[in-house]
Amino acid sequence: MAMGDPQGRQATAAPATSVPVLELRGISKAFGPVQANKDISLQVARGAIHGIIGENGAGKSTLMSILYGFYKADAGEILINGKVTHIPDSQSAIRAGIGMVFQHFKLVQNFTVLENVVLGAEEGALLGPSLAKARKVLTHLAQEYELHVDPDALIENLSVGHQQRVEILKALYRQADILILDEPTGVLTPAEADHLFRILANLKREGKTIILITHKLREIMEITDSVSVMRRGQMTTTVKTAETNPEQLAELMVGRKVLLRVEKQPATPGRTVLEVQDLRVKDRFGVERLKGVSLHVRAGEILGIAGVAGNGQTELLEVLGGFATGTGTVRMNDKPIDLSGRHSDGQSRRRDGIAHVPEDRQRLGLIMDFTAWENIAFGYHNDPAYQKNRFIMDNARLLRETAAKMQRFDVRPPDPRLAAKNFSGGNQQKIVVAREIERNPDLLLIGQPTRGVDIGAIEFIHQQIVKLRDAGKAILLVSVELDEILSLSDRVAVMFDGRIMGERIPGETDERELGLLMAGMNGKAA
Amino acid sequence: MSFESYVSILDSTVRLGTPLLLACLAGLFSERSGVFDIGLEGKMLVAAFLSAAVAYTTGSAWLGLLAGIAGSLVFSAIHGLASITFRGNQLISGVAINMLASGITVLVGQNWFHQGGGTPALSGAARFRDLTLPFANELRDVPFLGPIYAELISGHSVLVYLAFLMVPATWWVLYRTRFGLRLRAVGENPAAVDTAGVSVVALRFAALAIAGVLCGIAGSYLSTALAAGFGREMTAGRGYIALAALIFAKWRPWQALGSTMFFGFLAAVSIRYPTIDLGVLVIPNEFMDNLPYILTVVVLAGFVGKAIPPRAGGEPYVKER
Repeated sequence: MAMGDPQGRQATAAPATSVPVLELRGISKAFGPVQANKDISLQVARGAIHGIIGENGAGKSTLMSILYGFYKADAGEILINGKVTHIPDSQSAIRAGIGMVFQHFKLVQNFTVLENVVLGAEEGALLGPSLAKARKVLTHLAQEYELHVDPDALIENLSVGHQQRVEILKALYRQADILILDEPTGVLTPAEADHLFRILANLKREGKTIILITHKLREIMEITDSVSVMRRGQMTTTVKTAETNPEQLAELMVGRKVLLRVEKQPATPGRTVLEVQDLRVKDRFGVERLKGVSLHVRAGEILGIAGVAGNGQTELLEVLGGFATGTGTVRMNDKPIDLSGRHSDGQSRRRDGIAHVPEDRQRLGLIMDFTAWENIAFGYHNDPAYQKNRFIMDNARLLRETAAKMQRFDVRPPDPRLAAKNFSGGNQQKIVVAREIERNPDLLLIGQPTRGVDIGAIEFIHQQIVKLRDAGKAILLVSVELDEILSLSDRVAVMFDGRIMGERIPGETDERELGLLMAGMNGKAA
Repeated sequence: MSFESYVSILDSTVRLGTPLLLACLAGLFSERSGVFDIGLEGKMLVAAFLSAAVAYTTGSAWLGLLAGIAGSLVFSAIHGLASITFRGNQLISGVAINMLASGITVLVGQNWFHQGGGTPALSGAARFRDLTLPFANELRDVPFLGPIYAELISGHSVLVYLAFLMVPATWWVLYRTRFGLRLRAVGENPAAVDTAGVSVVALRFAALAIAGVLCGIAGSYLSTALAAGFGREMTAGRGYIALAALIFAKWRPWQALGSTMFFGFLAAVSIRYPTIDLGVLVIPNEFMDNLPYILTVVVLAGFVGKAIPPRAGGEPYVKER
């Protein structure tokens, strides 16, 4: 990372070494009885990349919303360049030089890049001159910061990485001096994330200040100069990144010691549970997304599927999970499985012993407006144990069972009557994992098990997966997080462009080799 | 069928299509900003009543027009208050406006004029009279183009020309101005507008105000130009047909001109030929009356391209963390 160059830093930092570009003094904010931010003070030096980490619900987003004028703090003040600044709305934040890149982009999908950049920052009542000016500025910014995007492309046709660049361009076009990025790499491929970090380094070199909110310790260690840890609404520590390490940060975040590596014994694989041969899947446009995948998973082992998102992993899970169709042969416990969709569905897959934790839990795993106990029943609602008689479900039993499951899987709060949307991402995932694992399936399909899940819950979910393996079950794990694949899997298969590029044993490979396979470059014979 | 009767059908197409066009453009502004507006019908009805009532009382069609616009704006404001400020359901608010308009016009009309909810017939300056464009009478006898100019292009009320001018004006505002950019954005993704430091609420109210003015003109046209006075329920579902035309036009101004004139044409044909005898079968005029709705269903079902409504339509905007 291009962090060094002390000369350059000196030059930009010299005029204001003593005055922090951004200072928060005693910021507090309560929502009813919940104290989201408690007496938060923070200083960020000009030209620094400052990380803020904390678990979901620690108050990071609230703090940033206050900075961007979405909420008004109950107490405390914000100083920009040493001057007390009131930020009652987003307009004031923009005027104060604050730019925000939200986790969920705020872009108009059917507008061009140019129109999105100009929106709200137009020069006059007519569009023509504004668009012409923005076009010039964008060309300039693209060269200066490696922020290349086609100004006339529609947002809906851009990749997520490019959309994020548009968000950064929006902030820079409004002459933001302080750039806040909320979980910016959550949706990016490793290559896109690397590019983002290069952009951030460029911005830093030009004297911009960057606040990076993330839960990924590796990113904090890699790119920030200093880091603040938030826990339960409070800013617990601010340290120089060079003087800390991931283990210490994790402990500060969670408030207890956290195992960053998964503890597991070597696998003792048994018979083959799942056997896939020459599996092909076409999407609705007729494009082949799986181009002849063959793999097998044995009892008592975890097969990890690595790869950049969108290389067929989703289709693989969907076909095996029973809600997409394909051709080829799939045998489950030596019994052939129907792939045409005419004689099978998600229900029949469950009867065949396959449980599925889908990649997108909010879309496929849960009904967000339904309660935890209703969600626990989904997919298994026809279970005779849940029926009182032919017409009435045994809700009391379901409630009891859900409460017990929530206890066992440490779902917080353990209230079965709470709607799914009111749980944090990690706890939502625990509900899904509890539902699927406790069915004791022969095969567990699990996609992106820890996406958007905080560090304490990641540890727990990983332990549950290993426990299921040790109980002699087969597990097919799909994840775009290479760390996760390497620490959990007993074997790793890398997917690229709908094919398996190769299989490796985690202990005998490294991220570089897997990275090459993920990019479609097959060094050794597969 | 003679050439004259073709021209005459097209002439009534323009007359009958004009209120649809104005209402459709009103709906376009409103829905492009993300507010569904099934209250077009009610706003037109109120405007038609107030226009006729004030025009009758004062003897001035122009004062009637202003009163109609004012009445329609009040109803727009009610819709805005319910669905933007208080984040109520936009469809329910729209239905309420239609019911309120239908009841209040008859109630007040009966109280004022004692003519079964309508106004007395308007005459003289209380109506918008048809304008004769320069040389219309002189050129009438020129073959082919003469009747087209004299009958079809000339000889409409000023509101008709205004309505047609609104089409390029709407296009220009929508695609060439800052307001238009923000308006289109707020109907697609209000969060983008909000985080850009622009008020979602103000934009949506502005859109509803424009819709109010256009509905006001449409209603006024019905009672003081197309007809001579107000009769109860005189909008007769035109607000809904305008919404159908809006879907047909995929929320675009030039296409709105096309779809409203097409629906106007269907109305003109059904008035002129109550039944169409094709020899093999006879098409009753109920079929023609219902054709706009049938066609809308066809469009919505995706047979004629894809009609994608503004993405944030129908959703009250709530700021999220």
